Amino acid sequence: MEVFAVLWREFIFFKRRFWKITTSAIMTPLLYLIAFGWGLGKDIVIEGATYMHFVIPGIIALSTMNTSFNAVAIRINISKLHEKSFEYYLTSPVNTSLLAFGHILAGAFRGMYAAFLIFLISFIFGIKIYVDFYFVLICFLNSFLFAAFGYGAALSIESHYDMSRFTTYVMTPMSFLCGTFFSLKNLPPVVKETIGILPLSHTSQSLRDIVLKGQFDHKSILVLLIYAIGFYFFGVGMSYKEMK
Amino acid sequence: MIEIIDVSKVFGEFTAVDNVNLKIESGEFLGLLGPNGAGKTTLIKLLTGLLKPTSGAIYIDGEKMSRSNMEIKKRIGVVPQYTNLDKELTVYENLIFAAKLFKIKGYKDKIEELLTFIELEEHKNKKAMNLSGGMQRRLMIAKALINDPDIIFLDEPTVGIDLNGRRKIWDILKGMKAIGKTVLLTTHYIEEADYLCNQVCLINNGKVFKKETPEKLKDDLGIYTVEYFDSEMKTRYEYFKDKNGAEKYILNTEYISYTIRKTTLEDVFYNFTNRKVV
Repeated sequence: MEVFAVLWREFIFFKRRFWKITTSAIMTPLLYLIAFGWGLGKDIVIEGATYMHFVIPGIIALSTMNTSFNAVAIRINISKLHEKSFEYYLTSPVNTSLLAFGHILAGAFRGMYAAFLIFLISFIFGIKIYVDFYFVLICFLNSFLFAAFGYGAALSIESHYDMSRFTTYVMTPMSFLCGTFFSLKNLPPVVKETIGILPLSHTSQSLRDIVLKGQFDHKSILVLLIYAIGFYFFGVGMSYKEMK
Repeated sequence: MIEIIDVSKVFGEFTAVDNVNLKIESGEFLGLLGPNGAGKTTLIKLLTGLLKPTSGAIYIDGEKMSRSNMEIKKRIGVVPQYTNLDKELTVYENLIFAAKLFKIKGYKDKIEELLTFIELEEHKNKKAMNLSGGMQRRLMIAKALINDPDIIFLDEPTVGIDLNGRRKIWDILKGMKAIGKTVLLTTHYIEEADYLCNQVCLINNGKVFKKETPEKLKDDLGIYTVEYFDSEMKTRYEYFKDKNGAEKYILNTEYISYTIRKTTLEDVFYNFTNRKVV
């Protein structure tokens, strides 16, 4: 019931801010596509494909990460520190784990919406990408795990200013390093192995392999699932921390 | 009945609530009166499970209060000091969301009833962010009543609200009192405690040191107060059981100016703590 209550509320929020959410979800990927796809990468062939085909799965991975993280982190941050409505949950007879699940699921859906928008934009750019069940599943897992991370992060901070630490030290480095815009194959082995552990690397690589080769390393699903579960429990743990 | 037994809450080296013992009977309307920083909000947070006591325990109808006690949470309503509304949602949607969280079936009638009670029917489609401060506070009260709780905790429900808004909230609170709800209200408005509460509890520096009816507290001190400004440029207070005693006292006292008036709860508080409530 908690899950549906939160999803219902988030749907109203989404409906009411539909155009703002949509335009902001389109803006950054659109710029990446123009700058890196059309501009910089027009004549580049990488891993046997045009750079546009190469970069779109990376941008989808990146956008699902950012959108789902921000969708949850900003909502929870405002709810906790500004609107103070988060405390209402804690005095209500709600199951904290289900409450977290509702918020994270809502964030994951926002991530999936962002992926859908990029898919549409790519189509407008004349790029058709191959999407199968696994492509959708990986997008969802990526969205879910970063929504869960956003949930835990927002609850772990004591001031709005602390939120930028997560963006500066976690999200931004991952955005650029996890094989979203370039192939990890060219990196020195130690760096490659280290970056390869990160969830966004698995998402970028898997989505790209599905689009370019029609197959991918299924182990990545397990890795993303482990991250998703780990971050979910991080979020639930942070909810309990709220009740000091 | 609410029983607070030897409850303390310590944050680092600061003791916010210091070994409080208190019993609140069912149907009682208790005002927790104290200045800012006295420990009122911390005590409310302890009572509603938002904070865990450092020591001691709280029992509600014999059941120990804890953050995981869902059965108690189903029976309480909480109105915190700050606005806890979903600002993007309308008045009606805020109440639907609260009803969904409390798993209330057939909530539409309940919501209509609450909207009438808090006089917000005409504003039910307005976003919470577009309501005045007083309306927002009334909506918060409605949210706290969505589950028809036996016990309601209100933390400074009228702070920052204009007189008109405050009186409307007082009417709502009097309505709760009339139907026998157990209410614990924290306030630093003396007239609010005097007007609404049938019991008043004084709290200062985390310690609860007196619980009585407002009348008894004033009677015990003396219902007449001589407030005078003396030659040392200090305001002094003396309390008397009757007006004659007060008048006789001032005749034999050196003063620059004086007034004889009815004793208030502010005087009671000041007499105990040497500290004003407001």
